[in-house]
Amino acid sequence: MIALIDYRAGNLTSVKKALAAIGAEVFVPERPSEVAQAAGVIVPGVGHFGATRALDREWVDAILERVGQLRPLLGICLGMQWLFESSDEAPGLPGLGLLSGTCIRLGSGRGSDTGSDTGQVLTKIPHVGWNDLHFLREASITAGVPDGAQVYFTHSYVAPLTADAVATTDHGETFAAIVERAHVAGVQFHPEKSGDVGLRILRNFVELAG
Amino acid sequence: MLAKRIIACLDVRDGQVVKGVNFEGLRSAGDPAALARRYNAEGIDELVILDVTATLEARRALAGTIRAVARELFIPLAVGGGIRAEADAAAAVDAGADKVSLNTAALADPTLITRLARQYGSQAVVVAIDAKRKDGRFAVYARSGQAEADRDAVEWAREAEAHGAGEILLTSIDRDGTKAGFDCVMTAAVSAAVSIPVIASGGAGGLDHFADVFTRGRADAALAASIFHDAETSVRALKHHLQQRGIPVRL
Repeated sequence: MIALIDYRAGNLTSVKKALAAIGAEVFVPERPSEVAQAAGVIVPGVGHFGATRALDREWVDAILERVGQLRPLLGICLGMQWLFESSDEAPGLPGLGLLSGTCIRLGSGRGSDTGSDTGQVLTKIPHVGWNDLHFLREASITAGVPDGAQVYFTHSYVAPLTADAVATTDHGETFAAIVERAHVAGVQFHPEKSGDVGLRILRNFVELAG
Repeated sequence: MLAKRIIACLDVRDGQVVKGVNFEGLRSAGDPAALARRYNAEGIDELVILDVTATLEARRALAGTIRAVARELFIPLAVGGGIRAEADAAAAVDAGADKVSLNTAALADPTLITRLARQYGSQAVVVAIDAKRKDGRFAVYARSGQAEADRDAVEWAREAEAHGAGEILLTSIDRDGTKAGFDCVMTAAVSAAVSIPVIASGGAGGLDHFADVFTRGRADAALAASIFHDAETSVRALKHHLQQRGIPVRL
């Protein structure tokens, strides 16, 4: 059973539906203690880093304990950013801290919008839409996903580009689209909204959880 | 590179997809779930379900339509038409919508944008602007093009962004259903005025209309309905055409 953590940041429905479509068994723990039954843990979410405040000490401890027992953890979008130490979006609010670094706002105005023939340089923030993955290395959650695969993003902040990055994406700057360190992984995009590529990544995670 | 999105719109009334010309004269074009499935197989990037009915009974039927589409398609799904308050948005989101599109209700009370953005995140709140050229400006209309709102589209788009909108869906009433091409001038004016993505709508009639709106019109996405429903243009053929024109697309 995969535990899907509900902290009221966005809509769980689509993640639940995608997991159901690949035949995964899912539960939404009502109390932190229930995380102990999880074969794997998914922290979804979208929106402001401040929303992770709802994941208080008890939730953090329960998730860290399960990760300590080598159960796989996947953070999606805001859930990925939460795996890091902090975010400029909500200074002073700590993340889970399993991965090193601070999340930062995507740089604006530094890239070029090829759709424009006015010669004006423009990178729109938030970054919304389908963009491609450039793999730096192989990882267990990305098995079968080809280099250049396109996935759906919607975000304004990004995780730092560190040694944990598995794949990068460009939007004004190059940022970490997928991270993995041992059995802890994160994706900045929404696999539940990324068609077959996204379902493949979720299936890989569910298989890791066993 | 961020792909330019191709979005198919399903105008749904009484559980059937319908399409009008210049916002009137609706004709039936099929079962929404079946159409959605076909578009997904052809590589559509996103779907919009627009409720063009107003009765409570039809609204309940719409939730069933949203559910049927969201159960099997794993691409972004927006729902608009008749979203007047938090409860309407909650019903759409609960049924499986990723985004809600506000129009008349946002004009009447822009704080609805903010309240929904706080609850679901800005990425879930699309502000739809229906506008037509009038006296050298882009006049905004409410109530499906029936009531002039005494607003300019550029100014209203900026205000919607400030209130927390995540995207603008800009429809040219002049071009809607005409297949005469998107209003690239209006789209470029709005796109340049905001930093959030702008979806161009109204007037798609051929492959080059899309290329035009992504270049001259500076649109981030383009939405069409009848051109795809009637299978005049397949999504795949459109994307290959755009790719040949050097426009980034998802293939």
